[in-house]
Amino acid sequence: MNISADLAVIQPELFVAIAAMGMLMFGAFRKENPARIVSWMGVGVFVVAGVLVFAGPSDTSLAFGSQFIVDDFAVFAKILLIAGAALSLILAVPYNLREGIDQFEFPILIVFAVLGMMMMVSANDLISLYLGIELQSLALYVVAAIRRDTLRSSEAGLKYFVLGALSSGILLYGMSLVYGFAGSTNFEVLAQVFGADESASIGVIVGIVFIAAGLAFKVSAVPFHMWTPDVYEGAPTPVTAFFAIAPKIAAMALFVRVMLEPFGALVLEWQQVIWFISLASMMLGSFAAIVQTNIKRLMAYSSIGHMGFVLVGLAAGNEQGVTGILLYLTIYLFMNIGTFGCILAMRRGGQMVEDINSLAGLSKTNPMMALALAIFMFSMAGIPPLGGFFAKFFVFKAAIDAELYVLAVAGLLTSVVGAFYYLRIVKLMYFDESAEPFDKFLGREISVLVTVTAVITAFFFIGLGPVLTGAQTAAAALFAA
Amino acid sequence: MESFPILSLTTFLPLIGVAFILLIRGDELTVARNARWATLWTSLATFVISLLLWLNFDKSTADFQFVERLEWLPSFNIAYHMGIDGISLFFVILSTFLTPICVLASWKAITTRVKEYMIAFLVLETMMIGTFAALDFVMFYIFFEAVLIPMFIIIGVWGGPRRVYAAFKFFLYTLAGSVLLLAALLTLYFEVGTTDIPTLIAYAVPPEMQTWLWLAFFASFAVKMPMWPVHTWLPDAHVEAPTAGSVILAGVLLKMGGYGFLRFSLPMLPIASEQFVPLIYTLSVIAIIYTSLVALAQEDMKKLIAYSSVAHMGFVTIGIFTATQQGIDGAMFQMLSHGIISAALFLCVGVVYDREHSREIAHYGGLVERMPRFAFVFMIFMLGSVGLPGTGGFVGEFLILVGAFQDNTWVASLASTGVILGAAYMLYLYRRVIFGKLDKEHLKQILDLEPREIAIFTPLVILVFWMGIWPDPFLSVFDATVSNLLQNYQSAVAVAGPLNLAGR
Repeated sequence: MNISADLAVIQPELFVAIAAMGMLMFGAFRKENPARIVSWMGVGVFVVAGVLVFAGPSDTSLAFGSQFIVDDFAVFAKILLIAGAALSLILAVPYNLREGIDQFEFPILIVFAVLGMMMMVSANDLISLYLGIELQSLALYVVAAIRRDTLRSSEAGLKYFVLGALSSGILLYGMSLVYGFAGSTNFEVLAQVFGADESASIGVIVGIVFIAAGLAFKVSAVPFHMWTPDVYEGAPTPVTAFFAIAPKIAAMALFVRVMLEPFGALVLEWQQVIWFISLASMMLGSFAAIVQTNIKRLMAYSSIGHMGFVLVGLAAGNEQGVTGILLYLTIYLFMNIGTFGCILAMRRGGQMVEDINSLAGLSKTNPMMALALAIFMFSMAGIPPLGGFFAKFFVFKAAIDAELYVLAVAGLLTSVVGAFYYLRIVKLMYFDESAEPFDKFLGREISVLVTVTAVITAFFFIGLGPVLTGAQTAAAALFAA
Repeated sequence: MESFPILSLTTFLPLIGVAFILLIRGDELTVARNARWATLWTSLATFVISLLLWLNFDKSTADFQFVERLEWLPSFNIAYHMGIDGISLFFVILSTFLTPICVLASWKAITTRVKEYMIAFLVLETMMIGTFAALDFVMFYIFFEAVLIPMFIIIGVWGGPRRVYAAFKFFLYTLAGSVLLLAALLTLYFEVGTTDIPTLIAYAVPPEMQTWLWLAFFASFAVKMPMWPVHTWLPDAHVEAPTAGSVILAGVLLKMGGYGFLRFSLPMLPIASEQFVPLIYTLSVIAIIYTSLVALAQEDMKKLIAYSSVAHMGFVTIGIFTATQQGIDGAMFQMLSHGIISAALFLCVGVVYDREHSREIAHYGGLVERMPRFAFVFMIFMLGSVGLPGTGGFVGEFLILVGAFQDNTWVASLASTGVILGAAYMLYLYRRVIFGKLDKEHLKQILDLEPREIAIFTPLVILVFWMGIWPDPFLSVFDATVSNLLQNYQSAVAVAGPLNLAGR
């Protein structure tokens, strides 16, 4: 037991934690409003943390009695979620300033949430998993309600808190069952126990199902999705953008690790559960989105649908599936940052508008924004050669490899239904007569981010090879043992 | 020519044109004018380069030519692999030939958002060529699907009053078919371990898998073709699309279905193809007779031609699945001649639509008095569509019927009724629009073809006669490829034949 070796492994987390506290001190003791500076400090922290993660140990290393693991999978997921958090923080800066919610606590809470997410991704024990989730969630509850003087935001925060607490309870209950029946909370020990024992006891199965349910809450998969539309709609838009990206990536990575590492040997026991929530999410995400008129609610259903597609990769339960998931999450990150950037630019007379119909005729009033949003929409619908197609291609490839033909075909067909509502936005922007134009000035940060993510989404096929290789290496780490 | 990537150049040259158009600055009129010229020159250059493909094409071999290969995702065995054979060569040229014609046809008809329109057409051209030239299934799928985006925009932005409905219907119908193709592609990929088309063609897919894969392929290609009963998107899309959109739709996009059958279904899944011949025959015969009758009852010119396309495509599917040299040659030829003739017919409708802004047949009558040149041109294409000997339409239909007779006399005789019905609805259309007295007040001042329109129609008229009188330059190109395809097909069926019967 060498403490300095352990600390070396958790270097990025250590840095983020100390930096967050430093930011808190800086904010608290500074006279004028430090929100803007602290926000950019947060972005800087993420950049450094990303570099530290990237430069970390190249082989799999454990810390603190194998509570904590750093492997290629964790590195890949961490870089993704840090990038997602950093980009959504950049989106938030001009918005918060304009809306008068530029408290310096906001970036600090985001940084703490990211710390929790990094814990989640690196968790190698049910206890450290739970610690990570709670650290993340508590920060997120507050962030959802950051605009505490409006009803909708407080409602969103409260709803998120109550349902999040419920899901944590379910998760804990499942964990206690697994611990009771298997005798350990450590992933490696659990994997050995289940790997040796052909048939799992019913108590373990129930425990796994509860854990899966708790995690499904976090990734907002059907039937545990109810909080998502309300929270997405109620929370301030940059917070919604953040919610749609970083926590989803972290929770999905955690979901994948939990299902495939400790419970990997029991794949036949849990596969049908994932199969069902995956299909249900894809279907609900597609059908329920059709009737939405609020763009943030639409994005909520869209993200439910996307999580369904990602879960197809998990249902496959093979290395291909994990590769597909990581690739999907990468593309999902860019599409969502870009789309939310566009949503943040939907302002008229200094007010946010969230009605989809206000996008009418955007191709005339703001052609570049319309083009970017059209790219994101076609990409989300999975039309080649845009990024979203490759995301779907590789998860469905994994499903076919695992001979889940019904899931693959049903999923592909729901993607056609999904295409309908994505196309509806394109239709509004390009086919309809123009409504009143949006305010011209978006803020430089947003235009840059939207342009960059649109280019990445449109030309993803160029960089597909290296990203795929990275995802493959990361996926291989989970199946190494 | 081995080292020079002439095929990629043909495919991606239009995108260079797009880059040029994006750089155009200035006021709206300047941008529009420059965009038109830039697009015209780009598409003409592409056409000329694609002719080089024909000139350097080796007719004696069934191998893929002008092959280019670049590693893209080596760990997944997916590559950028392009090449053409006798089946795809003319589709590539058809695409490059029709695009400049479309640009010319839209010269005056499109006045709003000209720049975007031209960009959409050039992107569409790249996607079309890519579809026919791709030798990797994933590449093919990417191009095949990507066609939807520009076409959706073209119909939806520059289309008629019900354009939104038509654009959605077009997009979702095609997408629904395509995702099943994607599922089949992934299954095949899983089975063979590569998406390389030549390798897939050489691979013998187990017979029990073939049925499902065939049905999934069928779902996609039948929608694209379109075959009865999934043809209903076509009349809507045709009616609402701008003239040039209809031209591309009828001229090239429909051929992707036939190309798919010839490139994928027949060579990769011969046993299932043989099994499903009765299904194809039934649907095709229904398509020919039913849609011809429907065409007879149309009041809208574009709708009439759209239904006639469905009927003509019915001939093509029969020809392909007769699995005889004549049948497939005929199907290929029919697709090419239909690509020219139906495109020309839509352009004819476009001519009067530009002047009168109506597609109603009843709106016209007696046009021959004011528009003799138009009446002449229209007559040639009308007769070509009917299949008059001496025009391109005849050769294809004749060969298909010869092929069908060898396989099934009933199908051949029923399909022949389609020829008669075709003559009926086309002549009836012609009589109502062109002949009769010019007694409608609003037609009294209508003008005949202008030089630009003559320039559009001249090459088309030449081609229709060329294909009808001397079809050999076309037939000889796909001869080797088709006979090779048939050889492999028949040996595969022969091997599986007894097994199959035992299974039943």
